[in-house]
Amino acid sequence: MKQKLIVIGNGMAGMRTVEEILKRDADRYDITVFGAEARENYNRIMLSPVLSGEKSFEDIIINSREWYVENDITLFAGDAVTAIDTRAKTVTSERGMTLGYDKLLLATGSDPFIIPVPGKDLEGVVTFRDLDDVNRMLAAAKLGGRAIVIGGGLLGLEAAVGLKANGMDVTVVHLMDTLMERQLDEAAGYLLVSELEGRGLKVLTGANTKAILGDTKVTGLELVDGTQLKADLVVMAVGIKPNVTLAREAGIEIGRGVMVNDQMQTSVADVYGVGECVEHRGLTYGLVAPLFEMGKVLAAHLTGDEGVGYEGSVTSTKLKVTGVDVFSAGDFSGGDGAEDIVFRDAARGVYKRIVVRDDKVEGAVLYGDAKDGAWYFQLMKDGADISELRDTIVFGQAYAGGGAQADPSAAVAALADDAEICGCNGVCKGDIVTAITENGLTTLDQVKAHTKASASCGGCSGLVEQVLALTLGDAYQMQTVKPMCGCTIHSHDDVRRLIVAKDMKSIPEVMQQLEWSTPDGCSSCRPALNYYLLCALPETYVDDNQSRFINERVHANIQKDGTFSVVPRMWGGMTSARELRAIADVVDKFEIPAVKVTGGQRLDLFGVQKKDLPAVWADLNAAGMVSGHAYGKSLRTVKTCAGNQWCRFGTQDAIEMGIALEQMTWGSWTPHKFKMAVSGCPRNCAEATIKDFGVVAVDSGYALHVGGNGGIDVRVTDYLTTVETEQEVLEYAGAYMQIYREEARYLERTAPWVERVGLDHIKANLVDDDEKRKALFTRFMVSQKALQEDPWAKRAEGVKDAHEFTPLKIVA
Amino acid sequence: MWMEIGTVNDIPKLGARVVQSGQGDIAIFRTADDEIFALFDQCPHKGGALSQGIVHGKAVACPLHNWNIDLVTGEVKGPDNGCSRTVPVSVNGDVIRLQMPDVKATGTHG
Repeated sequence: MKQKLIVIGNGMAGMRTVEEILKRDADRYDITVFGAEARENYNRIMLSPVLSGEKSFEDIIINSREWYVENDITLFAGDAVTAIDTRAKTVTSERGMTLGYDKLLLATGSDPFIIPVPGKDLEGVVTFRDLDDVNRMLAAAKLGGRAIVIGGGLLGLEAAVGLKANGMDVTVVHLMDTLMERQLDEAAGYLLVSELEGRGLKVLTGANTKAILGDTKVTGLELVDGTQLKADLVVMAVGIKPNVTLAREAGIEIGRGVMVNDQMQTSVADVYGVGECVEHRGLTYGLVAPLFEMGKVLAAHLTGDEGVGYEGSVTSTKLKVTGVDVFSAGDFSGGDGAEDIVFRDAARGVYKRIVVRDDKVEGAVLYGDAKDGAWYFQLMKDGADISELRDTIVFGQAYAGGGAQADPSAAVAALADDAEICGCNGVCKGDIVTAITENGLTTLDQVKAHTKASASCGGCSGLVEQVLALTLGDAYQMQTVKPMCGCTIHSHDDVRRLIVAKDMKSIPEVMQQLEWSTPDGCSSCRPALNYYLLCALPETYVDDNQSRFINERVHANIQKDGTFSVVPRMWGGMTSARELRAIADVVDKFEIPAVKVTGGQRLDLFGVQKKDLPAVWADLNAAGMVSGHAYGKSLRTVKTCAGNQWCRFGTQDAIEMGIALEQMTWGSWTPHKFKMAVSGCPRNCAEATIKDFGVVAVDSGYALHVGGNGGIDVRVTDYLTTVETEQEVLEYAGAYMQIYREEARYLERTAPWVERVGLDHIKANLVDDDEKRKALFTRFMVSQKALQEDPWAKRAEGVKDAHEFTPLKIVA
Repeated sequence: MWMEIGTVNDIPKLGARVVQSGQGDIAIFRTADDEIFALFDQCPHKGGALSQGIVHGKAVACPLHNWNIDLVTGEVKGPDNGCSRTVPVSVNGDVIRLQMPDVKATGTHG
């Protein structure tokens, strides 16, 4: 019969131990888990990105409820254990359940430390420990206002940045003179304060909290020096204390935490402890790597492998604030015999300090460029003799290894097999290489699944990818994609995929999440991102005018002399005396120097002064004309022949068909310009077979053609299919535009796109699958609902973008 | 001569407005960080109106041929060469002042 193992605590330490046990001997124990939080097991160290909005709760779930079922684990989530009887070997839960155990594991974690000041229990005072705390903070942030975070350590700063990202006015109050004083020295602390202040946070150091103010709800904070600060939310993030209540009441030996030996045994037989709740060799830990090391040792012990036991951990820390690169490890307090090697680059805000004693690395603080943190940490853990590297060590591994720093993968190539890549999960380079070669892995996700590397905080995923690239050589595709532009390493396709997958909603969000290397992109990527977002979010996206090329920003075409040209829409190439008269009047009134008939069957008014544009539009609007979008990456025109209304050879009504198409599709933004034509018979006078979408009427209906182009590379369309009714033509046209809108890269015309993806791909979506075509058409029409608004009208009235058309000032 | 020409908020973030002067148009740019720069509104390449370009970082892309001009120095970035004339600008609180050039400007040099 299986032994009964009860785990108290459904957190990272307890569940990692269970995972390690299952890996070694899945059938050994009948496992029951109690968790105080009524939810699945999640990655607590990723709560910061959840607070800042960079991740959702779903993203940080480690084991789903299905996982517990699949592994035959009984989970009581939301039912805390209230008592342990170590004689009877039973535990009793809040809901009154009593269960017997053979082995008991305490993984109760820690509680936030609450500073005992007046007002600590007021409404609006929260801690930062679990998802409920995050939700409380998010709810408070929704109301806006001021937040004060007490504590300028790792957790406090992550909370502060997260609240700022949610729009709150944030002040960090820190007792010591240096932020993160346990991890950083003064110089790095200063750089960190500057960075945070640059992001709009206020930082008060040397600030001792005297009281939290308010009657029932928090209104502010008073410092010992008498300073009063206003606040709507106070977050206490001053530290954690091991949660030992249960153990103490059960008579288990307690120090600062639950006392354990190297085998993670407590003072009572068959009761073990792991994680933040334990004290081992006089130390308690609050970081994830030691917890995992403990879990491994304990799992080995519980499955009959005595091994060496746990000997304590050397830890390193990284601040999980996007865009702030901070690393710290070991002892950098200096003192006798310790030598400092320091490198600073003020312009880049880089500070590195390596503390060396007896030719060994004793500690490291890196700010602004922490990519070599793992290397210094490894040298430190190995106690390596660095006398040979001394002169170059501060420049990092690539340089120290022989000056190959230009190659980004050189640093990874130079790593030894036992070098740790993933600090959270203790995965070495050799483990990853072995997993890749033995299992034929080709993607980051596969490596993550097999080795757990980059599965916790994700900070090492870049390194893991480099290991993939080095191991697979050319077979690893990630390295060969062409980036969108110099601002990013991601390709157009990846960016589009990630925008949808991560539900990104704005250009700054995309740049932040995908780690753009420039603050606000460039004239190449911004218009592309704006398009991708408006395509992904047709109903909610707020168009970013400043990310549009001038023509799309002012709805006219800039000419070489700085004047603009104006093209009113002429539906299907049809016009009337009234329209022509209005155009003639506009030309006279605004002294427009040239009028030209375009290739798309309409009139182009050249040489309009920018300041006159709104008035020109107003007059054209008054005669019933709207913008022809001749300036946009958008639906341009639908060219038609005379058709059977007039032509003696015509078989269908090309004019009516063209007008219907144009009325359905006008206003649509597309990856590049999009032109259509309808010919009323196979003589094809409308030149439909060099258009993006061409319709040629035949006796039996309409032949549809796609992917034509009359530009530099003339391309005749591919024949798509023949349909019978006008309604079908409209449906195919809308569906075709939508698949182009969703799949083509920005500035890619349909001709190269069709060649790239293949006609078969388009047929599979449009011709072979009615459901897919109808779904595409529906999405197109949803998008059109938001887009079919004449851009001229509001600007003509002066209600939109008035600043575009008036000088800031006129001086003599 | 320093002259008040408007406020920071008169110019869209990552955008530009024009001051028309007897010596030619001057483009006033606002970056994402609300820094303000001023250049004569002519690209050294073909004279394109820089005020109509896309502002990114501390640069503007000319609307005609996508040359990138450094807003700080007026120099053309990257493989091309040339320089647009800068105009001294100061921001006090929200108010922008421009030091109007005394001599007749050519708009570009270099």
